[in-house]
Amino acid sequence: MTLFWILAVILIASAVFTVTQRSPVYSVVGLLTNFLALAALYLTLNAEFLAIIQVVVYSGAILMLFVFVIALLSSGVGPFREGPDRLPRVLLPALAASLAGLGFLVYAVARVPLGPLPAHRPTSTLGQAGAADVFGSVSDFGVALFTTHLLPFEITALVLMVAVVGVILIAGDAAPLPTRGRHRKAAREREPIVKAGR
Amino acid sequence: MSVDVSNYVVLAAVMFFIGVAGVLLRRNPLIVLMSIELMFNAANLALVAFSRVWVNNAGHIFVFLVVTVAAAEAAIGLAIVVALFRRAKNVDVDEVAELRG
Repeated sequence: MTLFWILAVILIASAVFTVTQRSPVYSVVGLLTNFLALAALYLTLNAEFLAIIQVVVYSGAILMLFVFVIALLSSGVGPFREGPDRLPRVLLPALAASLAGLGFLVYAVARVPLGPLPAHRPTSTLGQAGAADVFGSVSDFGVALFTTHLLPFEITALVLMVAVVGVILIAGDAAPLPTRGRHRKAAREREPIVKAGR
Repeated sequence: MSVDVSNYVVLAAVMFFIGVAGVLLRRNPLIVLMSIELMFNAANLALVAFSRVWVNNAGHIFVFLVVTVAAAEAAIGLAIVVALFRRAKNVDVDEVAELRG
C-alpha cells in the first residue's frame, strides 16, 4: 500500500520533470527514473517478466538511443536547446485540453469502480512474485507467447523489420537529396555525418 | 490485492495526460518523442493492471507488443530528427513545414 503511493509520487514527479525540462538530457534522466519506478510498479502487479523487459528494453535500449541522438546532434554545432521552447499562444488551450481529457477519464474510472473482481478466466494461478509457474513469471509468459499468442509474436518480428528498413531509408547516407525548392542550397552544403566507403 | 485497481488506472491516466501536455506544449522533437514514450508507458501500466485483475496474461502479451511498437517508433522518430537536422541544421517541430502543399 505504502509502496504504491511512493512509486506513484515518483512516477508523476518524474513525468512532470521529463516534460518541463529545457535540456533533453535532463528529460532523459527524468524518463529513466520514470521507467524504473514503472518497473517496480509492474512487480507489485505480479508482472515480473515485464518489469525486466521494462528495464532492459526501455532503460537499456530506447533511452540509450535518445542519448546517442542528443550527443550526435549537439556535437560541434552549438547546444541543441537553442531558441524558445515554449509556445505561449497554445499554453492555456493545451493545458485545458489535457486537464479536460484527464478529468473525463478519471470521472469514467470513478463512475464504475472496478474493485476486486472475481477471477474471470485465469490463465494461471496467482502466487508470490518470483516463484516458478505462477501468473506473470517468465515460464507463464513464455508459454502464453509461444502457444496461445503466437501471431502477435510474429507480428512483432514484422514490426521490427519494417523499423530497421525504415531507419536505414530515412537516416541512411544514401537518402535522396532534395533537388528543388529552398532547401537546395542546404542540400548541396550538406555533409554526410559518416563518410560512406564507396 | 491491497491497492484497488482504480488507483493504478487513475495513475496511468494522469501519466498519459502529462504526456499529452508534453506533446502539445513542447517544440523540441526529442522531448515530444519522450512524451510519446510516456503515453505508451501509461497505456502499458493500465494493461498490466487489468491483466492482474483478471489473472489472465493476454494483457502481458499485449504490453510486449506495445513495447516493440514503442521501440520501432522511437527508432523511426529519431531517424527523422537526424534527417531533419542534417538537412536544415534546425530542429523545431513548428518550422518543419516542407510537406505543406
